Amino acid sequence: MARNLQRAGELAFAKMEKINSEVLTLTYGSIVAQLVKDYEDVEEVNKQLEMMGYNMGIRLVDEFLAKSHVGSCQSFRDSAEVIAKVGLRMFLGVSATVSQWSQDGNEFSLVMEENPLHEFVDIPEHLRGLYYCNILCGVIRGALEMLNMRVDAQYVRCKLRGDAHSEIRVKLIEILEDQYPEDDE
Amino acid sequence: SCACRLSYSAANMSSYFFVIVAPGDKPVYSEDFRFGTSGREESMHMSEFIVHAALDHVDDTVWRTGSMNLRVVDKFNDSFVSAYVTPSNVRLMLMHSARNEDSIRNFFTEVHELYAKALMSPFYSPGEPIKSAVFQQRVQAIAKRHFG
Repeated sequence: MARNLQRAGELAFAKMEKINSEVLTLTYGSIVAQLVKDYEDVEEVNKQLEMMGYNMGIRLVDEFLAKSHVGSCQSFRDSAEVIAKVGLRMFLGVSATVSQWSQDGNEFSLVMEENPLHEFVDIPEHLRGLYYCNILCGVIRGALEMLNMRVDAQYVRCKLRGDAHSEIRVKLIEILEDQYPEDDE
Repeated sequence: SCACRLSYSAANMSSYFFVIVAPGDKPVYSEDFRFGTSGREESMHMSEFIVHAALDHVDDTVWRTGSMNLRVVDKFNDSFVSAYVTPSNVRLMLMHSARNEDSIRNFFTEVHELYAKALMSPFYSPGEPIKSAVFQQRVQAIAKRHFG
């Protein structure tokens, strides 16, 4: 069953309520700045952002499935495309491209050319190790865990660090099987 | 001869000293621009002193006009100091020997926009020195565009 995920993403995005992008970027920026002030260690801030994202992801996935009408995914490859074309488009306003699949089909890269959260942000030298949008890695991990997929999501390239684009590497660790009771007959 | 004596050669006509001064008279950014000159005669300290002394004149002039661009507010020997005051009382000060008001006005306007964007970064607090390399590159590009 071929389905146009691009179109599904556009439709879902159109249905979502919108807020001013500067409010979003400034609010997110304040969160990161405050975490930096509180924890002082860049690695810890990255971890906290990921945990925040995880808590968002486990909640967002239900809203996502309800509003996007994409139905269930047939494979991990399908999940990747849905995240990139529908999920990110719906909640962040920008879609990503899926690329660099591993041989066994358990790892892929999500490449984002632009990200509204990056607007106006300039990372100072002493915060070089900061993954500013690490919250997105947590969102992906949380959302997929609710769908019985345990993954690891890490930033490998970030535009704010001078790279050409932003890239999240997603690795499937295991598929958690649903447990069904034994059939009597 | 007096240590403060300034002398300008004709080749020195295109030198500018730019400072951004936050409320409280704290300089948060300064840059020397030299276009096709052999070098400036007075030291950096002298330039900073001249600009700082001009701040008093800015405080007087700012009440006499509604515009942000105050143009020339002070003179010292052969140099002029022009000023531009933003709504948040950040002073853009430019020490210059050439009198090109239009270029200076355009320079100030563009740097003001750049400064407003720099303020939007969550890692920058107003009043702190601006350390961003990107900011410096852009200021230099603006200066080159209008004074180079």
